[in-house]
Amino acid sequence: MSKFPKILIAATLAAAVSAPAFAESHSADLPPAVKARQAHMQLYAHNIGILAGMARGTAEYNAEAASAAASNIAALSSLNQSTYWAPGTDSDAVEGSRALPALWENIPDAIAKGEALTTAAAALAGTAGDGLEAVQAGLGPVGRACGACHEDYQLSDE
Amino acid sequence: MKRFGLIILGLGALALVAGWALTRPATIPADEVAAITPDLARGELVFHAAGCASCHAAPDAEDKTILAGGYRLDTPAGVFVAPNISQDPEYGIGNWTRAEVVTAIIKGTSPDGRHYYPAFPYPAYNKAELSDIVSLAAYLETLPADPTPSQPHELGFPYSIRVGIGLWKLVGVTDGYAIDLPDDPQLARGQYLSEALAHCGECHTPRNMQQALDTTRWFAGAPNPSGRGTIPNITPAKLDWSLDDIAAYLETGFTPDFDVAGGTMAAVVQGLGNLPKEDLEAIAAYVKAVPAAE
Ligand code: HEC
Ligand code: HEC
Ligand code: HEC
Repeated sequence: MSKFPKILIAATLAAAVSAPAFAESHSADLPPAVKARQAHMQLYAHNIGILAGMARGTAEYNAEAASAAASNIAALSSLNQSTYWAPGTDSDAVEGSRALPALWENIPDAIAKGEALTTAAAALAGTAGDGLEAVQAGLGPVGRACGACHEDYQLSDE
Repeated sequence: MKRFGLIILGLGALALVAGWALTRPATIPADEVAAITPDLARGELVFHAAGCASCHAAPDAEDKTILAGGYRLDTPAGVFVAPNISQDPEYGIGNWTRAEVVTAIIKGTSPDGRHYYPAFPYPAYNKAELSDIVSLAAYLETLPADPTPSQPHELGFPYSIRVGIGLWKLVGVTDGYAIDLPDDPQLARGQYLSEALAHCGECHTPRNMQQALDTTRWFAGAPNPSGRGTIPNITPAKLDWSLDDIAAYLETGFTPDFDVAGGTMAAVVQGLGNLPKEDLEAIAAYVKAVPAAE
């Protein structure tokens, strides 16, 4: 995925780390692998937020920003994340993780769900510059790709 | 859950003593159903609002209108496997009469007169308008057939005994709505969609000793029937989202922080995402009107 500039990843990482929600909801003593994957998820969330703001009309449509946000999600989802999902760090083992043990029992499926996200996000990256309607149409499939993985592998809890 | 087992067992025995009459499986008369002209567009909306596909669509199938069954509901009583309700005449419900389908959905009674387990949420659907369920049944008739055989449930004794369900229905199935609300058309629509069709309470409301929904703690959250984690409290005591936040979540799955609905809520959102904006806002208004409960 070298076609996605690393600088974008770095920039959004900085943005996510500085977001207050991130600071509040994370205890400092989580295993590094759990912190890493939660940070990764927060980067998704940050970029989804940019796109959803435009789609809902709470932010003005901007072709460049929309394309960048969708490209970031595609780039992030194609990173090699194997070390984030370290064995022994599931929600039964680590308080503060919401990654269900089922994920480790179905690694090929979890990888396939990550790839489905890459496909949906790359499709949106290709059209997001064409106008607001394209963002509105393409965001649904991206959200459903996130949801398909959370349905099976993210713990529901208060 | 051992207690629930004993209660069911006790109730089952009582059912025999009290006689069949009290717990006889109820039906909807065929002529009442035949008198209603179905509206297919309405039937499709009811299908999405009621979340039929969330249980009956084949797991992981792209096409959520192929109702081949196979989804496994993990509960403390064991695993219920949703049956094939596609139009296949042999393996689905293709050769059922419309009145039989309507009876199953509203009364929880099978064509051969047995009680269905309330894992099939007829304790909510019984509050739906008959014309909506007739339209739904007609809409189901337009969906594809699939020849996948239904799988048996994996239940331990005494849950495997259906007779006890008849008595459970006396406490677990009620005609009226769970909560009183001020007279308002939007709230009324939201209550109808939420309580009669989308059965939010089946997941978000805790159960009492008889395993009936505890209406005094409506939407106050509950243990996750899968055994891990919880179903969140969505009363104003815990959920401080705006009406727009809730409506957007129900449509897209995105929370105000852009986390994405997971667990059993993901499939609920897939159905609700097909509803018009006014209906999603009506549900959101209803959620905000539910009494706060810790
Ligand atoms: C391959 C599976 C998978 C995909 C795809 C996925 N997620 Fe996640 N997500 C998870 C898991 C598992 C967790 C729980 C991680 C933990 O707590 O250890 C999670 C957690 C989260 C969290 C909470 C992070 C935190 O700080 O605790 C957010 C927000 C989130 N995901 C957003 C998204 C968004 C937005 C997308 C799509 C753009 C997405 N996720 C796609 C599996 C996935
Ligand atoms: C099949 C069970 C089920 C049904 C039916 C259901 N929910 Fe949920 N709901 C859940 C679960 C599980 C979660 C937690 C989702 C997660 O882990 O991301 C949830 C989460 C939510 C949340 C987010 C709460 C939070 O604090 O993040 C809202 C709001 C919500 N549901 C509203 C509703 C409404 C309104 C209905 C009916 C229209 C409904 N739900 C029907 C299971 C259900
Ligand atoms: C929460 C999961 C769930 C939802 C939602 C659900 N069902 Fe079911 N349904 C079941 C289960 C489980 C059974 C089997 C009950 C039993 O064996 O007693 C069932 C049984 C049935 C049957 C009887 C099938 C047979 O072979 O006897 C029909 C018909 C049916 N459902 C239709 C529907 C329709 C229509 C909807 C939407 C309005 C719906 N269901 C929603 C879980 C569900």
